[in-house]
Amino acid sequence: MSGTEFVPLSLTPLLIGIFSAVACALPGNFLVLRRQALIGDAISHVVLPGIVVAFLVTGVVAAAPMLLGAAAAAVLSVAMIEAIRRLGGIEPGAAMGLTFTTLFAAGVLLLEQSDTSGVHLDVEHALYGNLESLIWLDAIGWQSLVDPSALAELPVELFRVSMALIGVCAFLWVFWRPLVLSTFDEGFARTLGLRTGSVGLALVIVAAVAAVAAFDAVGSIIVIAMFICPPAAARLMTNRLNIQLGWSVVFAVLSAVLGYVFAGFGPLWFGFDNAVSAAGMIATVSGVILGLAALFGPCRKRLGAPAI
Amino acid sequence: MLWDALTLQLGYNATLVTIGAALLGVSAGVTGTFLYLRKRALVSDAISHATLPGVALAFIVMVALGADGRSLPGLLLGAAVSSWIGLLCVNWLTARTRLAEDAAIGAVLSVFFGFGIVLLTVIQTMTAGRAAGLEGFLLGSTAGMLFNDAVVIAVGGAVTLALVVALRRPMGLVAFDPEFAAASGVNVRRIDLAIMGLALAVTVVGLKVVGLVLIVAMLIIPPVTARFWTDRTDKMAVISGACGGAAAWIGAAISATAPSLPTGPIIVLTSFALFLLSLLLAPNRGLLAVGMRHRRFQRRVHMRQGLLALAQGQPIFERFTLTLLRRAGLAHADGVATEDGKARAAKALRDETRWQVVRADQAFESAAALYDGLRDIETVLTNDQIDEIDRRIGNPKGVAT
Repeated sequence: MSGTEFVPLSLTPLLIGIFSAVACALPGNFLVLRRQALIGDAISHVVLPGIVVAFLVTGVVAAAPMLLGAAAAAVLSVAMIEAIRRLGGIEPGAAMGLTFTTLFAAGVLLLEQSDTSGVHLDVEHALYGNLESLIWLDAIGWQSLVDPSALAELPVELFRVSMALIGVCAFLWVFWRPLVLSTFDEGFARTLGLRTGSVGLALVIVAAVAAVAAFDAVGSIIVIAMFICPPAAARLMTNRLNIQLGWSVVFAVLSAVLGYVFAGFGPLWFGFDNAVSAAGMIATVSGVILGLAALFGPCRKRLGAPAI
Repeated sequence: MLWDALTLQLGYNATLVTIGAALLGVSAGVTGTFLYLRKRALVSDAISHATLPGVALAFIVMVALGADGRSLPGLLLGAAVSSWIGLLCVNWLTARTRLAEDAAIGAVLSVFFGFGIVLLTVIQTMTAGRAAGLEGFLLGSTAGMLFNDAVVIAVGGAVTLALVVALRRPMGLVAFDPEFAAASGVNVRRIDLAIMGLALAVTVVGLKVVGLVLIVAMLIIPPVTARFWTDRTDKMAVISGACGGAAAWIGAAISATAPSLPTGPIIVLTSFALFLLSLLLAPNRGLLAVGMRHRRFQRRVHMRQGLLALAQGQPIFERFTLTLLRRAGLAHADGVATEDGKARAAKALRDETRWQVVRADQAFESAAALYDGLRDIETVLTNDQIDEIDRRIGNPKGVAT
């Protein structure tokens, strides 16, 4: 395919897909190791009420208030899970399920109640995202990459997702030691004087920010899949954390690229003429990668588990 | 209006939806109890999301065979098959790889759901317009419920309920003590699969009413609510079923009163309201009861410390202690003991000395273990024992005034 076609139509969705996948996969590594993988699931459900409330308060479909609303909802849900768990003495999984379904139900109800028929705000959009529509109309070919006037018209989602990715990387780089210590040996980390509670909360908030930024561009399916599948697959490849992070990035990029390509061009190979959902396809590819890792990964067994 | 809806006088469709939802709520609540006790509540999340590709595939197959793509039993069969595969994937990932269960659940739910969405977009392009209604499985849609659909739900709910009743013994055993269950000859793996299978049945049956995202709530919230009220499995299952049924009945009735009140979310929110009430008001485990118990304990500690201070002639600066003593008529506002107070204080001090003897003597080891600074010594030792201790301490001396 030539640059004149590829750059305007496919380059930006592809980049946005890759960036959001990596931004979610990086904190996902720690969430998977800390057995909090489903926090990503919970966050991506409660983003809906956050966005609806932000819309009802401001009355406009603008990015900034919605991102704020979504982030606020994510933090609220984490607080609510923790409160229910402690006050009621309820096991964490059930507290999580209770919280996110309730908030999601409230979001759906608010959406139905409010007059949002004229605005582009619906549950399906929240689930699938609109990756395919994030095109760069002002580009005419590869030369547009150095053309300032064309660059100014890049989809704003690209900037947002790359900011989220940079933020996630910076967080991991700055807090690497406390994160690793508190993930693997919380007691030891505490004897060193680390505030493991705050580290855990910070990780969840960073994950929420990444989820919200990615959610805006690609929908909640990718968010959940990317939080869990690439890190889980990477976990089966190695015993070392840095290498695991590397693998998870590779898997995330691979899922994003292959998923996008299969969604856009796969149906053509089978004789259909319509593309399928890119978000769904990316999630599917990441699942296939996880399946392969679970079957053939070098470190797939538990240590000490009998060879079967 | 609401009363009409609650008493089933709001037309044929509303009645159908209300009864169907209530039956579903009861079976979801009862089944969810065992899921919750087994600490695998979120597996239901994986199950429910994994139904989507099955629904879509069933639709495609039925259309390809020339049948009506929207026939409910066919779609539900597809949903059951694909979520069973998802469930086996979760079990396989947890058992055969090093991944923890939460990662397995998350992976299965996102991948299956993503694949389902791919299939939904395929359907949209394949038979434009005729797929309308499949999206209803995401959030549930009761508006167009037919009598046959309600019968499917009622029969499914009843069968699930019967199975739960039949299997309640081994399921409870496995939930509480899998090792003991295995030792007494119960096939833990199979019973686990049975619990999951029942949850799966409820999920599939409930897809039409509340949708796949919110059916999870019907499996989780009622058991959590019921757990506040009892410590016995069978009672918990009954209460959970009652909560689920009541929430569904009330929720469906409320949603029947206005067009912009979708059934699924209203049922979930009603269920959550019941949970909040239990969290606050339940005896023993509710917040109110815990708070009151804490307050009572605090009073006892302050009272005790106050009395000991009075007995030893120490001034009391703590305001709460002073208030308590004054209200009980044991001290004046300036902290000086009344006659009553002197007597009680002397008794408290003497008890404390008795406890010292008890804790120093090996013979009273088991009684000494019960010492917590508050317990009355008479509730632990017999009168004879106390007399013996008193002989060692000597006779009471007057309180210094």
